[in-house]
Amino acid sequence: MTLHVPSPPLSISTPSSRAAVVVHDLKRVYGERVVIDGLNLHIERGEFVTLLGESGCGKTTLLRALAGLDPIQGGRVDAPRRPAVVFQEHRLLPWDTLWRNVALGLPTADARERAAAALAEVGLGGRLDDWPRNLSGGQAQRVALARALVQKPELLLLDEPFASLDALTRIRMHDLVRELVSNHRPSVLLVTHDVDEAIALADRILVMRGGAIAFEHRTAGNRAAPLTRTQLLAELGVASPLASGA
Amino acid sequence: MSTVERTAAPAAFEHTHERAVGAGPALPMRLRKLRGHGALVLSWAAPVILVLAWEVLSRAGWLSPQVLPAPSKVLATAVKLARTGSLIQDLGASLLRASAGFAIGGSIAFALGILVGFSRIAEAAIDRSVQMVRAIPFLALLPLVIVWFGVGEAQKIFLVALGVSFPIYINTTLGIRQVDPKLVELGKIQGLGSLQLIRRIILPGALPSILTGVRYALASAWLALVVAETIGAQSGIGFLAMDAREFLRTDVIVLTILIYALIGVAADAIARFLERRLLAWHPNYAVAR
Repeated sequence: MTLHVPSPPLSISTPSSRAAVVVHDLKRVYGERVVIDGLNLHIERGEFVTLLGESGCGKTTLLRALAGLDPIQGGRVDAPRRPAVVFQEHRLLPWDTLWRNVALGLPTADARERAAAALAEVGLGGRLDDWPRNLSGGQAQRVALARALVQKPELLLLDEPFASLDALTRIRMHDLVRELVSNHRPSVLLVTHDVDEAIALADRILVMRGGAIAFEHRTAGNRAAPLTRTQLLAELGVASPLASGA
Repeated sequence: MSTVERTAAPAAFEHTHERAVGAGPALPMRLRKLRGHGALVLSWAAPVILVLAWEVLSRAGWLSPQVLPAPSKVLATAVKLARTGSLIQDLGASLLRASAGFAIGGSIAFALGILVGFSRIAEAAIDRSVQMVRAIPFLALLPLVIVWFGVGEAQKIFLVALGVSFPIYINTTLGIRQVDPKLVELGKIQGLGSLQLIRRIILPGALPSILTGVRYALASAWLALVVAETIGAQSGIGFLAMDAREFLRTDVIVLTILIYALIGVAADAIARFLERRLLAWHPNYAVAR
């Protein structure tokens, strides 16, 4: 797989100078099964893209390919070398205190200060020396967000990070993510199966089907428009009479 | 073994406490507390009564001192041997053998365990042989060990090292295997290098299992030492016991048995202390807050 950091002078001279991620003709195969085939994707710098799709359609596979976690079997992926990732599970190290979790991978010099600032930003500033086991699900995900953003990533990959949270906590997390993203301005790819979450957060919504991007919609200006919701649900294979009732 | 022991003790306590509460919800606090203490007192009453009965039977002449000397006699012997310094000397000799064997066997087994835990090639090369040797009860090797090393210090230290190495090896490889691969993946995402991955994620993740190995190894080391010291020793607790046997000094023999027991308890306490300190993060080991 070709994975390189676009060097600034080169990318300025090319037409796609504002691109953070370019995926061209991606192919991803598990054994006999072709999960992604001929997928193209373009994410601009600072753009918030949400990827919707039914379970098993390859959303997470695409995200993992962007993160450089899995080998690919064809095509090209150009993405920042070290994107930050937040998974559905918080993946906090149970043997490290919160600040050490957030500081994982930071140079040691000012690690504690930077971790403290990141924890304060997600509203957990007073709990630097607490253990992960004392956190609620939502708090743990906030720490995971802090750990991702403290690295100052160019690209933030979110793999259904709020799927296991209750509805109220999820709404609060949406507000927090919006705030964090507007402060740090990374490019974001959020994988989700929640249409409302996609509408609430994204600049652009993509629907994945049959191993490729099947539908694209820009939300800018008309967030939460009922038309969008129905349309997206239809794209996901949910019949519209049912959808309007839901 | 000890995990059960640890969890069982508080559970039993809670149970009695709960019953006391259930028996009379209107009981005043002080009385309830008294019942709680009552259970503690009762749990100690039985052993104390047994020792007292032993003492009384010996003094009355119903227990021959050749069979089982009175507890007071054993205590007096302990004081006498301690005064002459021979008890401390023998204890020191035993502890030295145990720690030397533990250090040698433990470090070799830990190194092998780490190697096999990390490398599939090392696993293929080493693991099956170790598992086959492990099927032998290590004490069965004693005659062979005596042929190899004679009955000197080397034989004793080798036997301890052998007894220590299997629990440490097995629990180290097991611990490394059981580390959550999702956490390892996260470490890579955060940009950790191989050494940092091992230090920050793999070893801490394997630590509960490794410490279980240490606990079993301590018990195993002690057992190996008892056996090794009963054969051709010139010093040590086991030598003290065998020497006393020659002169039918049952008081000394009972004393050595008690010392072995006490050191076993102490070793277990050390292992528990390590677990409490190193695994403070772990819900199963955490001190209730």
